[in-house]
Amino acid sequence: MSLLEVSDLRIEYPSRFGVHAAVKSLSFSINRGEIVGVVGESGAGKSTVGNAIIDLLSPPGVIAAGEVFLDGQKISGLTLDEMRKVRGNKIGFIFQDPMTSLNPLFTVEQQLLETIHANLNVSQSDAIARAINLMQQVGIPEPEVRIKQYPHQFSGGMRQRVVIAIALAGEPDLIIADEPTTALDVSIQDQILTLIRNLCIDKNVGCMLVTHDMGVVSNVTDKVAVMYRGDLVEFGETGKILSEPEHEYTRSLISAVPRSDRKLDRFPLVSYIEEAHELQALDIKNHWLGQSEQQRDYQGPLLNVENVSLRFVTKDSFFESKREYVQANKNVSFSINEGETFGLVGESGSGKSTIARVITGLYPPNEGKITFEGIDLTAIKSERERRPFRRQMQMVFQNPYTSMNPRMKIYDIIAEPIRFHKLAASESQIQQIVFDLLDHVGLGRMAGVKYPHEFSGGQRQRISIARALATRPRLLICDEPTSALDVSVQAQILNLLKDLQDELNLTMLFISHDLPVIRQVCDRIGVMQQGQLLEVNESEQLFTQPQHAYSKHLISLMPEFKGLRNSL
Amino acid sequence: MFTFLVQRIFQALIVMFVISLVAFAIQDNLGDPLREMVGQSVSEAERQVLRDDLGLNDPYITKYSRFISNAVQGDLGDSYFFKRPAVDVILDKLEATLELVLGASIIIVLVSIPLGVYSAINPKSLWTKAIMAFSSIGISIPVFLTAIILMYVFAIELQWLPSYGRGETLNVLGWETGYLTTDGLLHLILPCISLASIMLPLFIRLVRSEMLEALSSEYVKFATAKGLAMNKIYYQHALKNTMLPVLTVGGVQIGTMVAYTILTETVFQWPGTGFLFLEAINRVDTPLITAYVIFVGLIFVVTNTIVDLLYGVVNPTVNITGKGA
Repeated sequence: MSLLEVSDLRIEYPSRFGVHAAVKSLSFSINRGEIVGVVGESGAGKSTVGNAIIDLLSPPGVIAAGEVFLDGQKISGLTLDEMRKVRGNKIGFIFQDPMTSLNPLFTVEQQLLETIHANLNVSQSDAIARAINLMQQVGIPEPEVRIKQYPHQFSGGMRQRVVIAIALAGEPDLIIADEPTTALDVSIQDQILTLIRNLCIDKNVGCMLVTHDMGVVSNVTDKVAVMYRGDLVEFGETGKILSEPEHEYTRSLISAVPRSDRKLDRFPLVSYIEEAHELQALDIKNHWLGQSEQQRDYQGPLLNVENVSLRFVTKDSFFESKREYVQANKNVSFSINEGETFGLVGESGSGKSTIARVITGLYPPNEGKITFEGIDLTAIKSERERRPFRRQMQMVFQNPYTSMNPRMKIYDIIAEPIRFHKLAASESQIQQIVFDLLDHVGLGRMAGVKYPHEFSGGQRQRISIARALATRPRLLICDEPTSALDVSVQAQILNLLKDLQDELNLTMLFISHDLPVIRQVCDRIGVMQQGQLLEVNESEQLFTQPQHAYSKHLISLMPEFKGLRNSL
Repeated sequence: MFTFLVQRIFQALIVMFVISLVAFAIQDNLGDPLREMVGQSVSEAERQVLRDDLGLNDPYITKYSRFISNAVQGDLGDSYFFKRPAVDVILDKLEATLELVLGASIIIVLVSIPLGVYSAINPKSLWTKAIMAFSSIGISIPVFLTAIILMYVFAIELQWLPSYGRGETLNVLGWETGYLTTDGLLHLILPCISLASIMLPLFIRLVRSEMLEALSSEYVKFATAKGLAMNKIYYQHALKNTMLPVLTVGGVQIGTMVAYTILTETVFQWPGTGFLFLEAINRVDTPLITAYVIFVGLIFVVTNTIVDLLYGVVNPTVNITGKGA
């Protein structure tokens, strides 16, 4: 008999506008020592399933039908007190963001001990020994010292280890991990997944791993359940589903995953997921977008970054010798040729976004020079002189939810830079340009009268791109443009960027922590770590024969998507 | 820690400097000190001589520097009415005011935290609606009305409690306290309730909203998933996080309460600094008014600094030592 048995589960969210079924008739099972992945995109209902199993649905969510059995015992519909005995003791839960799931005002020891005492009947000294032992098991060095510390004294990866230790503290039979590595860097992701995998085998517990990352699914799980808009579309052995997906959605999802093993021209088969209008073909040569007013004769790279260093003050002092700094960029040099896509890759805190801000002039560098078409940007003092360069460099930001003014209509968001830089002769010309841009990024001109909140994340990123194009830029800086998006939407956005680049001969600086994405998009790639640029190499060269030890390390950690080779 | 203290003291000095400017402007422009000091019969020529002698005709800067150098030495001039140093007069009355504020603070803490927490945990209960309605009404009733109603009901109609004064006090180490005698305690009840009534609704709402926020946080959800008892989650995990912002606001409000005891003290004829201030205004006792303004400013600055220091002690993520974690 399986450890967890979910049958015909239906979860509903009643509201004034009717009942929304987040999960419709879901059945699956998990055995001991087995990791089952629940995969799907945002809104698929995958997190809801995990929350429903331990009765932590956020109101007004309710289990409308179906049953959940743990070890043959029914655990759906228990009273609060009965459910409390299941939580922690039978089922351990790991949340997505280790930064917020630990209470900032209690030491790690207090949070571990209260969990042990709540679930096991042991003495205080036994509990302490157990807590230290758990810290050891999850790979935290010097557990006796670190256990006395507060959560903010741990890094993100270490905090997630603490969360796992707490989840294991009550000796559960089943672990539900809700996106346990989404908030973490790739090297830490690998460590945490290996840890979960080993603990499941050692302790013979079952694990339900909720994730949106197909790479994680293919690396760690034994079985996988694919969810789409509240429905279970496929459930079975991971290898089988990845290599021979039966459902159209699964196929579409798999094809949208950026491949780490070779570069493709475009992502195929991604139209299933989000409705987008067909791109309107434009006669670029005669259109406003294709006419750049000042074409200078300049040979050489479009952008040149020379020995740029930037440091931030971490501890200010009246005396210069006593000030402390963090070196955000150290001697970074690279150049980008016209029409090229240059990738910057590195883990969080490696200084890749800072470089983008230095290039656009948001941070003045402490040392070094940035030249655009041979003109030294760091020598420009006045904002007025900088303006033409600002126009030629545009940014697409990571989070499409916060990078647009929520009180402005889309039309005005896109028209604003055109008006500001006085790029159009008349209001009717502006209108024509905005409509063409909206058509061109696949939103349709009717989108102009709406507000940002009426769009999904992927659509908003299209708006951001349209806004960036509205100044007819030469250089487009994309700072993690797809990391807040679902994989299928990511594939569409990357396709769009690629099309636009081909048409407009755009030069792109593409910043990402995601190696497979970088591989699909970039011609040349720079690898950054702790503010330094370690290696610049041709894209294919970097992935096949990385030079620097750190690049090799990063590439070896890349989740490999095994099933894919057979399927396409 | 040391750097932080020095920074804070430096900031406090700037604030006090600005307050002294304001206070001095009051003293310099409010009324004519000569009118308080001499009779009708003194001629204008004699008045001018007196003005020169007193330095009232000196330039503004000279007068201000004289004022500030005296003030730094703790001399804010003599009260016209009491014929004693204004600082001494205020310090004499301070005991009564501090006891009043202490009583009110105790009431606020004992009432607002349980009510706020209860209404956050049971957002839909009838009691919560009653508490919220009460706090809305409480915010909108002025303190003198509360005080008069209380006095009418409990002192005049029911005759349970005395209506004015401090009653019998006991001298403990030079401090006249009303907390150690039955009569003193009875006299404290009504004034303390009146003073608390201004802040109480605010604090109930503050505790409730902070508690609601803590309850919707990820760590509370995680604590539930760990299998902890709900009481432990409410009263340890959520409450401790609730108290941080409440502490910050509370510290500032204690300063406010010391400063604004005026109404309560006047209604109950409470011999404290607020009552004193009102009398000083009626008597155009300018040095006393100036001293009171500076004194209230000082209370604000001191309570704020203490709250900031305490916050660093209570919240481990705040690092007031300036060293990296």
